[in-house]
Amino acid sequence: MRFELRGITKRFPGIVANDDVSLSISTGEVLALIGENGAGKSTLMNVLYGIYRPDEGELMVDGKPIHFSSPADAIAAGIGMVHQHFMLVPVMTVAENVVLGVEPTGRLGSLDIAEARRMVREVSDKYKLELDPDAVIEDLPVGVRQRVEIVKVLMRDAQIVVFDEPTAVLTPSEILEFFEIVRTLVGAGRGVIFITHKLKEALTIADRINVLRRGKVVGETAPSATNEDEIAEMMVGRAVQLVVDKHSAKPGDVMLAVRDLTVVEPDGRTVVDGVSFEVRRGEIVGVAGVQGNGQTELVEAIAGLRRAAGGSVTLAGRDITGDSPRERHVAGMAHIPEDRQKQGLVVDMSIVENLVLTRYHDPEFSSGVRMNWAGAKEKAAAMVAAYDIRTTDPSQAASTLSGGNQQKVIVARELSRDIKVAVAAQPTRGIDVGSIEYVHAQMVKERDNGVAMLVVSTELDEVMALSDRVLVMYRGKIVADLDPRTVSHMDVGLYMAGSRPTAVSS
Amino acid sequence: MVVSAEQRKRARNVGFAYLVLAMVCFFVFTRRPGDAGFKISETSQFTLPAQGFGWALGIVLVAIAAAQLLRGLGKLSNVVLALATAAFFMSFLAWAAAGDSFSFVGMLQDTVSRSVPITLGAIGGILSERSGVINISIEGMLLAAACTSAIAASLTNLWLGTLVGVLTGMALAAVLAVMSIRYKVDQVIVGFAINFFALGITSFISFRVLVPNRDTMNNLLPVMPIRIPVLADIPFFGGIFFDQTIFVYFSFLAVAVTTWGLYRTKWGLRTRAIGEYPKAAGTLGVDVNKLRYRNLLLAGGVAGIGGAWWPIGIVGRFDQNITNGRGFIALAAVIFGRWHPVGALCGALVFALSEAVRLKIGNFDTGIPSEFLIMAPYVVTIIVVAGFIGASRAPKAAGQPYEDQ
Amino acid sequence: MSETLKSLRFTLLAVVAALVVSAFIIVITDIEALGNGDFGTALSTLRTAYWGLFKGAFGSLRAISNTITGATPLLLAGLAVSSAFKAGLFNIGATGQMLAGAMTGLWVGFAFQLPPLIHVPLALIASAIGGALFGAIPGALKARTGAHEVITTIMLNGIASFTVLWLLKTEAFKREGRDDAISKFVEESARLPRLFGFMGKRIDLLAHSGFIVALLATAVFWWLLRKTTLGFEMQATGFNQEAAKYAGMRTKSLMVVSMAIAGSFAGLAGGSEVLGLYGYASATVAGDIGFDAIAVALLGRSTPIGTLVAAILFGALQAGGRQMQVDTDVPIDLIIVLRALIVMFIAAPLLVKAMFRIKGEAKSFGQTFRGWGG
Repeated sequence: MRFELRGITKRFPGIVANDDVSLSISTGEVLALIGENGAGKSTLMNVLYGIYRPDEGELMVDGKPIHFSSPADAIAAGIGMVHQHFMLVPVMTVAENVVLGVEPTGRLGSLDIAEARRMVREVSDKYKLELDPDAVIEDLPVGVRQRVEIVKVLMRDAQIVVFDEPTAVLTPSEILEFFEIVRTLVGAGRGVIFITHKLKEALTIADRINVLRRGKVVGETAPSATNEDEIAEMMVGRAVQLVVDKHSAKPGDVMLAVRDLTVVEPDGRTVVDGVSFEVRRGEIVGVAGVQGNGQTELVEAIAGLRRAAGGSVTLAGRDITGDSPRERHVAGMAHIPEDRQKQGLVVDMSIVENLVLTRYHDPEFSSGVRMNWAGAKEKAAAMVAAYDIRTTDPSQAASTLSGGNQQKVIVARELSRDIKVAVAAQPTRGIDVGSIEYVHAQMVKERDNGVAMLVVSTELDEVMALSDRVLVMYRGKIVADLDPRTVSHMDVGLYMAGSRPTAVSS
Repeated sequence: MVVSAEQRKRARNVGFAYLVLAMVCFFVFTRRPGDAGFKISETSQFTLPAQGFGWALGIVLVAIAAAQLLRGLGKLSNVVLALATAAFFMSFLAWAAAGDSFSFVGMLQDTVSRSVPITLGAIGGILSERSGVINISIEGMLLAAACTSAIAASLTNLWLGTLVGVLTGMALAAVLAVMSIRYKVDQVIVGFAINFFALGITSFISFRVLVPNRDTMNNLLPVMPIRIPVLADIPFFGGIFFDQTIFVYFSFLAVAVTTWGLYRTKWGLRTRAIGEYPKAAGTLGVDVNKLRYRNLLLAGGVAGIGGAWWPIGIVGRFDQNITNGRGFIALAAVIFGRWHPVGALCGALVFALSEAVRLKIGNFDTGIPSEFLIMAPYVVTIIVVAGFIGASRAPKAAGQPYEDQ
Repeated sequence: MSETLKSLRFTLLAVVAALVVSAFIIVITDIEALGNGDFGTALSTLRTAYWGLFKGAFGSLRAISNTITGATPLLLAGLAVSSAFKAGLFNIGATGQMLAGAMTGLWVGFAFQLPPLIHVPLALIASAIGGALFGAIPGALKARTGAHEVITTIMLNGIASFTVLWLLKTEAFKREGRDDAISKFVEESARLPRLFGFMGKRIDLLAHSGFIVALLATAVFWWLLRKTTLGFEMQATGFNQEAAKYAGMRTKSLMVVSMAIAGSFAGLAGGSEVLGLYGYASATVAGDIGFDAIAVALLGRSTPIGTLVAAILFGALQAGGRQMQVDTDVPIDLIIVLRALIVMFIAAPLLVKAMFRIKGEAKSFGQTFRGWGG
């Protein structure tokens, strides 16, 4: 079976997401679709899956044109999609989620749940994807949820399976398991499209690679014919620095000290388990780890957004464990939160207002009850210029900015004041490569100015490139303190998965 | 067993609640001398000594409170809570009626009858909210349906009248649906606008059309109760549940069917999915918006029958603002019942009970102004919502329009 | 076309659309005339009705006075809903807060003997405080327990109504010689002076300086939003509570404070009715104003100027509606219908666009209600 997208163009207000894009996928092969955020990959796949109707172009199956007016049509034609953010109803069970839309029924439309369970077991046994049909989704870990998504797709007899950034939430060893699943699928006669921005993975598993940039196809190649640098260049349109430019660090006094920090969830689980480490002036300490091992809660505890059940946090010698987030701000801590739209910005407010969101209580911007908006506007203009925030008018809402520029607003706001410690969580998630380079450069600059920086990221490449020291977090504990210059990615990956390298590895 | 901090807090709240109830028993319910007569049929009654019962119950409640706070009651906690609440209620009645008597069975019959519009309104609310659409306009649907069904029934017959009520409810639901789904207007705003509109237009019609034309357009004989043979002969309970109008039987049927539907059918699975995480259903080919339209129309129809209850089930005519806020009580019943039909039925019965109590007891000179008795269900709702329910059971997607290309 | 002009055009068209639909309703329900096939009479009723509407609102000094009198509590109560909206809270409890303010203002009004220069402000402050305290309750409930303010405020409205009913029958509040729920008269020194009193002694015109209070309150609301740190915090919390928390704002206290501020506006509404219009309080002192205030806030998009314009519009409709009912027998309830239609059309610019075939974009309200929470 062969699916073809020919000359697809899809427009949204203000942007052409896909511009005359063509690609094809046949059963029995793996196609990697590469591009940076905003290049149009997800849009294209949504066209293939019937979520969007293309403005121009057509879809073809085995040479015959076909039209999808909804995902139901795409599913019927044999296309299955595993989304980046899982499409699972948290309060329902595995079986209920899997059969949704193709429910087995008895009399009067009643749901035959026994049959649903049987259907789940049948597929999961066949493809060796272990699942308990009666487990509730919200109790399941991320890796298992992905299996549910795959079973969902296979149950509907998908011939082509599309994976959208499947490895973002997996440990390196789970990623290897995932590749095995892909090979099994291909062996069983399916075709796989694999959307990613991780070049190494594409080179490992794909038979063919298509590169998208700004809505156009800019490269069609195969792993044997290319390498990482070439693909990166196609992705961005210019030679890209995959390595962060920095001198070696000159660490000074300890600025941030975390001792035996423990965080407990309301239901009793310990998510941060006696964590201790230090960050000095002029150094960047990175925390690597797979999402869900306590990093989020660790950052929240350090920033004062979550109460610590035990242990202490010290800033420049002063115990701030009981301080509110505001008090920590004033003491010299900056926090770049994980989710820029939900936590870092109020997107309905203006760029100026967002630039003073965490600083409006400074004497510079307010006196007592009154706000000094004139002063705020001035300062905002300066920050916009200094941090290269691309906007025509800072009094517009922050929602008018691109993801990368939104992140720059947060970085500008947090790093441009007099701070001692900066805590950055996922600082470059979901933004374009140009902005990534910029943010990294700013962070290194601050480090060189003497700021103690803590970076938490699930992107191992980023942690390794930025940090002077790398801590690895697994199941709430720090399991390793490594020098990125001497340790290999694979070894860090092993720590991230809870094991350790055997004997001496490179 | 791992118990979350939230569960422990809730258990502690319940323990303190028992203590408060016990204090009320000691300091209030023992104050009036005399025996209270609870009539349970035309001829027979049982009596409760108000003071004695008050003391006894108070002591029992303190014991339960101690058990709850020190050890927790485990599996029995819900049963104990239900029994304790019932006993407390009996003590309250005994206190109020001390030295007198009242028709206990009549009070309960009244309760079941009055619960109909609240229950049906709540079912309408559940059908909408479970699909992900907040429905503040239950009040408007009830009121408009009451008005149109009164007119139609006066002009034709009771069946057509009810049908017109159903269609009216559906029409308003259609407005809610189109505005919130297609035009993506905030659901609460549309809900309120519909309520304003219904109030205005029904009062307008009442004044301009119904008052001058009362005999032809606003005058009908409501349905008589239907006695279910055999079941209605059960002593005490028979008269309460099985000698009621067809509206009552319908409301119980509606609760049963909705419960079965939501949890045991394909329709129910899809409905719950689109109320919790519509994207999951949408990406699997379920037409989210179409299902929402359908469920809203169904909700409107059910609420329409609830509205028709006033003219056709009880009063025989339409008066201005005859619903008087019952639609909002229905909403409270939905939250009280945690968006489950049976829970909402319980909530409706509790509210109806307070109305029935006021009717039977309000005239006794208890020293407590009747206004505070009327207020009781409102206070109870706040306590329940604040202390015991929280919002965590609400359908997650309620309130957000579904973006679909 | 500028943003303000565009939204003004939509508002105007929404009002026109509502008037058209209401005209239709008036004609349709003229049963006698239509029953006789007399279309002409029905149309003339419509003409008289709408002319009465306009006359009653603006056609004379008395009409303007009536409009102002009606607009005063609507503006204050409307601010109560708008200010809560700005903080992300849906305040359905303006009725209860009005009643609380009415009672406290009433009590200060008859319990003391003071020179007017002190008595009037004191009574007004009392009503603001009464409303603020009552408004703080649902705010605190939401902050501590997560109980949604839509349900708690609706319940509190009921509680307030019945409490007032009871209070008005107690010895402390009851008027001598009356057994129904009506209160003592407020001292003359506490009454809000009439606005037109100085104008050739037209003290028969009811408009009172409560309107000035309302205008001042609107200015305070504007100043709060645009110029204060508290206003910034309230709006940030209203738009995105999580980001506000991350920015170090004390969102729980803000909930309580925002509701208290809202309650104080509504309390002033109650106080101004008691001290300015009636001189006493009855069970119906708040009437439907609390609910109408929601429509005012929605129409005014929760902005200070918008709320002001909407309140005046609704006050005009009310005054005009009474005249309309006198001149024809189109009942004043049509005004409620008219208002509902205006709100609906305002809230659905897309619908108005389709109806009038306007090109271009239409910005809707966006979602004010983000779900029950949790």
